[in-house]
Amino acid sequence: MSSVAISRKKPDEPGVIAKFFFYLLMILGALVSIFPFYWMFVVATNDKDAAFHIPPLLTPGTQFLDNFSRVLERTDFFRALLNSVVVSTSVTVSVVFLCTLAGYAFAKYEFPLKKTLFVFVIATMLVPAQLGVLPQYVIMAKLHWIDSYKALIVPAMVNAFGIFWMRQYITSAVHTELIEAGRIDGGGHFRIFWNIAIPVVTPAMATLGILNFMNVWNDFFWPLVVLKNRENYTIQIALQQLFTNKDGLDFGMIMSATFTATLPLLIVFLLFSRYVIAGLTSGAIKS
Amino acid sequence: MADTATAKSSQSVPQKRRLLTETVRSRFTAYTFISPFFILFAIFGLYPIVFTIYLSFFKWDALGPMKYVGFKNYELITSDPTFWIAFSNTLIMALMGTVPQLIVALFVAVMLNSALNKFKNTFRILYFMPNITSIVAVTLVFSTMFGNNGMVNWMLNTFGAESVPFNSGWWGVKIAISSMVMWRWMGYNAIIFLSGLQSIPTDIYEASKIDGATRGQQLRYITLPLLRPFILFVTLISTIGALQLFTEPYVFLGQSGTGSTRQEGVTMVTYLYNEAFKNGFFGTAAATAVLLFVATILFSVLNMMLGREGGETGGKKA
Repeated sequence: MSSVAISRKKPDEPGVIAKFFFYLLMILGALVSIFPFYWMFVVATNDKDAAFHIPPLLTPGTQFLDNFSRVLERTDFFRALLNSVVVSTSVTVSVVFLCTLAGYAFAKYEFPLKKTLFVFVIATMLVPAQLGVLPQYVIMAKLHWIDSYKALIVPAMVNAFGIFWMRQYITSAVHTELIEAGRIDGGGHFRIFWNIAIPVVTPAMATLGILNFMNVWNDFFWPLVVLKNRENYTIQIALQQLFTNKDGLDFGMIMSATFTATLPLLIVFLLFSRYVIAGLTSGAIKS
Repeated sequence: MADTATAKSSQSVPQKRRLLTETVRSRFTAYTFISPFFILFAIFGLYPIVFTIYLSFFKWDALGPMKYVGFKNYELITSDPTFWIAFSNTLIMALMGTVPQLIVALFVAVMLNSALNKFKNTFRILYFMPNITSIVAVTLVFSTMFGNNGMVNWMLNTFGAESVPFNSGWWGVKIAISSMVMWRWMGYNAIIFLSGLQSIPTDIYEASKIDGATRGQQLRYITLPLLRPFILFVTLISTIGALQLFTEPYVFLGQSGTGSTRQEGVTMVTYLYNEAFKNGFFGTAAATAVLLFVATILFSVLNMMLGREGGETGGKKA
């Protein structure tokens, strides 16, 4: 295939100069994408004023632990990290389970209003969640869920994107014959779902899980509204709280915290980038 | 797919009563499986939106009794200059953050898709990386670069330009915030455009080449028209997102601990947030939410209409 393509391209095969400029542009763009990560690390490992050095400092230093110890003086960083882990994990487990269940029903069952209900699910994706924030807050207050994990977990337990994504995958990956066979063997509906469908769709569940974990981990608006007590802060709120100039902005400290909070996601992303990108683009391709 | 359908119908031979209960049971199971979404959406999605509209006609501090005031809340906010500043800020930053971003993203996607590119996967990952950082982290990093004595001003100075007050200037703040939005979303949108480019069958290009089409003509008559659904989708999502802008200005301008009503960067959602959670005016905040919702719908419809028009003229040319 490739040799054919090359021979066809011959007439307008780009020259060395075109190639050079092509890669120059691509690399420049990539540098813009990466630089803030590197810069985060540079500021996190140098002294307090490194951020405003002239000319800018571009090499990592050795002060990371110093900077980070000042984070621990100001905030309970690890508590916030733990809160985020607990919330993101609970939401993700629930989202993956409930969305797979609903996606399976939409893919493999026949029932009245199925099409309408599915279109409705898709349509809800276009409604910005922030618009209902006031009543949501009031509901949480009535339930006495302000300042509790429940306020962060329960409303997020299932979402439209997840249902859409799992339905698309299950439609093509789970063969109806397998389900029929399971039914003839006398398996219950849930048993068939659990023993026959789930093992086939684990890759899609993994993608959904990673995407969802990142979203919950990065969420800021809703936690800001419902969390009041310092000890309940998620990591994003804790980071934002560091950014106050009561005693001058200590960017070494701020960046050491930001870097530590970003690193886990960066590692997860680099390990599973293929799944992450596949999941994010699927929505666009199919709609 | 067709043979599975026939397999299904051949299965439904058994006695009628068995079949009926089996159908009922399977329907019941399906409804049970999808019910969590609808229950949660009813409570935390639909009801809040309806209640927001209701609330916008009342005076309420979220604690005491609600008092019906008619359209008073709407009059109050539309006569508040800060509301209009928030409104225009939101639109200006939506334009500044979205339009250049989508154009760049389109170019990046074409380059990523180019046959010249031998490192497609690597570049795809690199360009996508900004999107995994939280908005808070992005804002914090960009505040160091866009400080009044920060790296960006240093670069401007070395090129002989004057420093821009990114922390406090009317345009400076908007440029800084739009840059954050652009950095975080450009790669994401480029990847979506790329998946669109990859869905265009290559034989169309081959055929047009035989007919003597140049690269520019291919871009104009094949790539752009076929990419239109993707461009529409991305523009729609970006517009909706841009109108909800909150975290960047809130964090970036909130460093003094006073919140984020500073006029250079106040947006519709920061205005709403402050009305409700700082000042305790839930009624006016609800009215703001309703107006924002209306604006969102208007812009989405406008988006689709413009998209359709563009498509029609494109069709005529081709």
